[in-house]
Amino acid sequence: MGARSLVLIAALAVGLVSFCFTGHPEAAWPLAQIDDYLLNILILAGINVILAVSLNIVNGHTGQFSLGHAGFMAVGAYGSAALTQLNGKACLASLSFLGSAAPLGLFVLSLLVGGLLAALAGLAVGLPSLRLKGDYLAIVTLGFGEIIRVMIQNTESLGGARGLAGIPNHTTLGWTWLVSLISIYCVGSLVNSTYGRGFLAVRDDEIAAEAMGINTTRYKVTAFVVGAFFAGLAGGLYAHFIGYVTPEGFSFLKSVDVVVMVILGGMGSTAGVTVAAIGLTFLNEALREAEQYRMVAFALLLIILMITRPQGLLGGLGGLARWLPGKGGKS
Amino acid sequence: MLELLNVTAGYGSITALHGVSLRVEKGTIVTLVGANGAGKSTTLRAISGLLPVREGKVLFEGKELTNKRPHQIVACGLAHVPEGRMIFSNLTVLENLQMGAYLRRDRAGIASDQEFVLETFPRLRERTWQQAGTLSGGEQQMLAIGRALMGRPRCLMLDEPSLGIAPLLVKTIFEKIVQVNRELGLTVLLVEQNAHLALEVSQFGYVLETGRILLSDRSEHLKTNPAVQAAYLGA
Ligand SMILES: Nc1ncnc2c1ncn2[C@@H]1O[C@H](COP(=O)(O)OP(=O)(O)OP(=O)(O)O)[C@@H](O)[C@H]1O
Ligand SMILES: [Mg+2]
Repeated sequence: MGARSLVLIAALAVGLVSFCFTGHPEAAWPLAQIDDYLLNILILAGINVILAVSLNIVNGHTGQFSLGHAGFMAVGAYGSAALTQLNGKACLASLSFLGSAAPLGLFVLSLLVGGLLAALAGLAVGLPSLRLKGDYLAIVTLGFGEIIRVMIQNTESLGGARGLAGIPNHTTLGWTWLVSLISIYCVGSLVNSTYGRGFLAVRDDEIAAEAMGINTTRYKVTAFVVGAFFAGLAGGLYAHFIGYVTPEGFSFLKSVDVVVMVILGGMGSTAGVTVAAIGLTFLNEALREAEQYRMVAFALLLIILMITRPQGLLGGLGGLARWLPGKGGKS
Repeated sequence: MLELLNVTAGYGSITALHGVSLRVEKGTIVTLVGANGAGKSTTLRAISGLLPVREGKVLFEGKELTNKRPHQIVACGLAHVPEGRMIFSNLTVLENLQMGAYLRRDRAGIASDQEFVLETFPRLRERTWQQAGTLSGGEQQMLAIGRALMGRPRCLMLDEPSLGIAPLLVKTIFEKIVQVNRELGLTVLLVEQNAHLALEVSQFGYVLETGRILLSDRSEHLKTNPAVQAAYLGA
């Protein structure tokens, strides 16, 4: 775990430095000359990584089955767009003290607001989750995601079913991967801390966890709130990347996409779901020609995985440290 | 130290405990024996907060614990090893033990208690990095007891530590329980199917039948009580 967090910190530092020096992180990126198409896929991959890693706290580490991640993403997307697009002028005016950095400042602020709104929504879903388990929880979260979508659809000020266009394109590769790395780092260090063992304990056995003095209620709600916060950030990034959001884009199918990433990557394995999120984004693009067969391919992939590696791509390894010499030992 | 006053508890419309009263004195081992379904596990669950108490009181060291949340009750120094060895199967043996010390912040104390537990259960020391779910039943039971000790409780409630374990290992586990009781002055409330063994190691016993306390006496008297012998000792 020590080595892994070092790598994460290093990656984070590189991202930050490249960003600080140029203001345009992608300019400092080694692949400065990559074409636009690849750039777009890499941005989508980064957003998917945030979604998968954040859902993994709830579904993987804490063992609560949530099917409503797209709903949190929608809250983040619309919440941030409400600042930069709907009230852009007024917000920019109040940030005028930032000078030419005002649009960027507003973008960052809007991401945070979107994340916080999503976290509030996470709190609202986390509370019923205390009483429900397994399939029942999945149904409630699914319903919750749909409620959010339908509410947006019927809110004219948010564009209703037509969606919201003209969102400024602030999201760059650097921003996306900066947030990705932050979320990987936050989730990783949260779960690997002494405090974070509580999530794993709740997943393994709730009664035993209570018997250890763990407040299982608080852990479950925390998982939902933290997961929703990062999903909200992903939503904000997405909105400012695509520039146009519709309620349809955050349907149940989007939640399923993220669940597939988590299952493929391995419940509870941050590295695994990161790899799966990137891989599936590229697979999605590769299958763009054969759109109608996309879901078939995903299903096949899941079936093959269930047969060959039921614990997921990198799941079940636990801490990689366990396999390092000196600690494992033969047993 | 631990006292139940007329505790009533149950599941849904079923009342499993009808006014159970019992006392556990500090530093002693007290056992609760009874047939299947008598309500032994239910009694422990009511004490540790896993099941709501409908009527009556639970007192621990003079403090009322009635209907506190389980994690609050653990924080008061009362640990429960539930029936069926609920270990964290995806964590390693060592991580399980560390979870036992979840509420503690004194690193030195935790380290020395971990050493004590590994000393007491050498089988666990050989397997500190093994995934707990892959331990044998007896090893899992040792882990469950060791993990509870890591919280340094002042009172330990054990539910059927001998369940599904080979007789030789059962003997070892009971020796360890007595050893911990002597060395740490740990108070133990023991629920056990094997009444022979339970009355052997304990000083005081209660006999529970269909949710009521039928008899209570010093263990050596219960052992020679004809009714107990007929019903629970197979004599
Ligand atoms: N979750 C539950 N829901 C409904 N009834 C229950 C539940 N758990 C236990 N009971 C009932 O409560 C009564 C007491 O059960 P309890 O588990 O306390 O018995 P026990 O004395 O521990 O028995 P054993 O020696 O078999 O473990 C039984 O009649 C049982 O059927
Ligand atoms: Mg029982």
